[in-house]
Amino acid sequence: MAKGMVLIDEDRCKGCGLCVTVCPQHILRLAEDRFNTKGYRPVEVVAPEACTGCALCATICPDVVFTVYRRKRPPQPAAVAA
Amino acid sequence: MAKELLEGNAAIAEAAIRAGLEAYFGYPITPQTEVLEHLARRLPEEGRVFLQAESEVASINMVYGAACAGARVMTSSSSPGISLMQEGLSYIACSEVPAVVINIMRGGPGLGNVAPSQGDYFQAVKMAGHGDFHPIVLAPGNIQEAIDLVVLAFDLAEKYRTIAMVVADGSLGQMMEPAELPPMRPVRPPAERPPWALTGARGRQPNIITSLYLEPEVLEEVNLRLQAKLQEIAANEVRWKEYSSEDADLLLVAFGTVGRVCQTAVREARRQGLKVGLLRPITLWPFPSARLAELAGQVRGMLVVEMNAGQMVEDVRLAVEGRCPVRFYGRLGGIIPLPDEILPELERLDKEC
Amino acid sequence: MVTVEIPADMELVYKRPQSLTETHTHYCPGCTHGIIHRLIAEVIDELGIRERTIGIAPVGCSVLAYYYFNMDFAEAAHGRAPAMATGIKRVSPDRVVFTYQGDGDLAAIGTAEIIQAANRGELFTTIFVNNAIYGMTGGQMAPTTLPGQVTTSSPTGRDVETAGFPMKMAELLAVLPGAAYVTRQAVFDPRGIHRTRAAIKLAFQTQLAELGFSLVEVLSTCNTNWHMGVVEALEWAKKHMVAYYPLGDTKVSDGVRALMETR
Repeated sequence: MAKGMVLIDEDRCKGCGLCVTVCPQHILRLAEDRFNTKGYRPVEVVAPEACTGCALCATICPDVVFTVYRRKRPPQPAAVAA
Repeated sequence: MAKELLEGNAAIAEAAIRAGLEAYFGYPITPQTEVLEHLARRLPEEGRVFLQAESEVASINMVYGAACAGARVMTSSSSPGISLMQEGLSYIACSEVPAVVINIMRGGPGLGNVAPSQGDYFQAVKMAGHGDFHPIVLAPGNIQEAIDLVVLAFDLAEKYRTIAMVVADGSLGQMMEPAELPPMRPVRPPAERPPWALTGARGRQPNIITSLYLEPEVLEEVNLRLQAKLQEIAANEVRWKEYSSEDADLLLVAFGTVGRVCQTAVREARRQGLKVGLLRPITLWPFPSARLAELAGQVRGMLVVEMNAGQMVEDVRLAVEGRCPVRFYGRLGGIIPLPDEILPELERLDKEC
Repeated sequence: MVTVEIPADMELVYKRPQSLTETHTHYCPGCTHGIIHRLIAEVIDELGIRERTIGIAPVGCSVLAYYYFNMDFAEAAHGRAPAMATGIKRVSPDRVVFTYQGDGDLAAIGTAEIIQAANRGELFTTIFVNNAIYGMTGGQMAPTTLPGQVTTSSPTGRDVETAGFPMKMAELLAVLPGAAYVTRQAVFDPRGIHRTRAAIKLAFQTQLAELGFSLVEVLSTCNTNWHMGVVEALEWAKKHMVAYYPLGDTKVSDGVRALMETR
């Protein structure tokens, strides 16, 4: 089960590829066979199950293409009061 | 309020305060520095904003900013300083924010001198900056009128969201005469700034103030709107004064200080039997063209007197459209023409027309 | 339009800031203006000041910034944004005012305005984007163009003998007493972007605490006019720009230091 998830606002993408260079999971690439309404090859997620929701793609994206979600941590057992 | 003995520049400054001036940005330059000095003392006393800027370029852009924020704002300068402000004036005109500018004109071109001049007529009425626009240009002939026109300048600037410029020469700025200041108007509280102003987009869509319109069709629309506004101003705001014009068959046309000199010339000419009248434009833009055209049908000739090489005379000729001869007499370099020089010109006009 | 189901155990960690409009920018692919815009918007959101912030756009590539920021905005004449900001802030002291300026705007035509505003300690914030070139007019030499850097108006490379050395604005402004917080950051990688965001936040906080003038110089790229690929431009900037323009704070007043310590 993926730890994270990104939504891509495809038509904002200018295909600059900065996100591709920073994704630590190497799961982003520019589309090879299609164009967005701007005429760019938009970014796409190759292996969504590997996404960690680290948001580095969103951090470097100049066009605010990404919305990022991360799986909530399971509740930790309550610490025992000393 | 009773009349008191006031210096022109100080009277202009105090009138602005009475008119509700919230902020002044300016730079020292002779012969208008007393405007700045008066405001440097008085605005802080009133809890309002005074700032001496680093240049006239900065002054006018500070005015632009404060005007965008919806504040009642003014700057003052003299000829070379106004040249530096022309960039900002053009932006202000296109952005349609209200601003008042005082020009206490001095001799030019270049650094010229600090003596009285009307050499900035063209600059004020025809080329206050790049692109198509005119400021409203008000030309007082005495200190009382300067006070009244400063108050009017603020009202007109806000009514039409445009630049109102008061142009006087150094002699008016430096002289003293009795005049009455208006009562103090309350300053408009920031909460009551106009809806178009940049006040923070709380509970509304953002306001944008710009003079950039990249699409030619859009910029043409903007220009047409500006021109329509100018036409409205031209239809409603023309002001002038006439002296002994009812039965005149010769007409003097002069503004500001020269208009005042010409009043004496009218009296002396009449003593010599010449039926001379005077029209003194108070608004240089819009210009009293229609009235001059009317008078062109009544008089045999007109004599335009200015402290420049002949600037307003072009507008008189445009107004008269050849219906009567229009002659010019001017002094340059900061010299005020005197009645003794004007009378022979009138005699010649009388003989030739 | 595809509707995506967000699993219930997923939490939102990044979304478009409210202080940006929905408008797509005109910037070239990979242009770092977009990153800097977003950082400013994020900070304004975080500080909850969008509805009382007034921005001023420059002349240069970011001339249309007012379409992208979701707040009141003015467009200044070239270089005059600090004078306009002064006018706005002086008559609206309870509003937050910032200028967004490029290197030609701030370090060439507008040097008088920025230096004097900083010296007066004007209570506004300047975001100064330094990409070492004139972008909008098509790649001419900027006051910040590096020695030897080729541009359309320095075709054989910037000759410092005739054109002078690049202006180090963050250092120059730091010596002025009115400047409370001046820093130089870079948006060349995620780490630099995080630091730039923190600096922008501190600059706005400096303004909110009325500590003096604040400026964040952001080293930036212009891959189009540098004639480089997007990634190549970032690498070039990291290597050459950072060498000439060292990163870090050039001015932290005592007031700002106290502010940093309370964070």
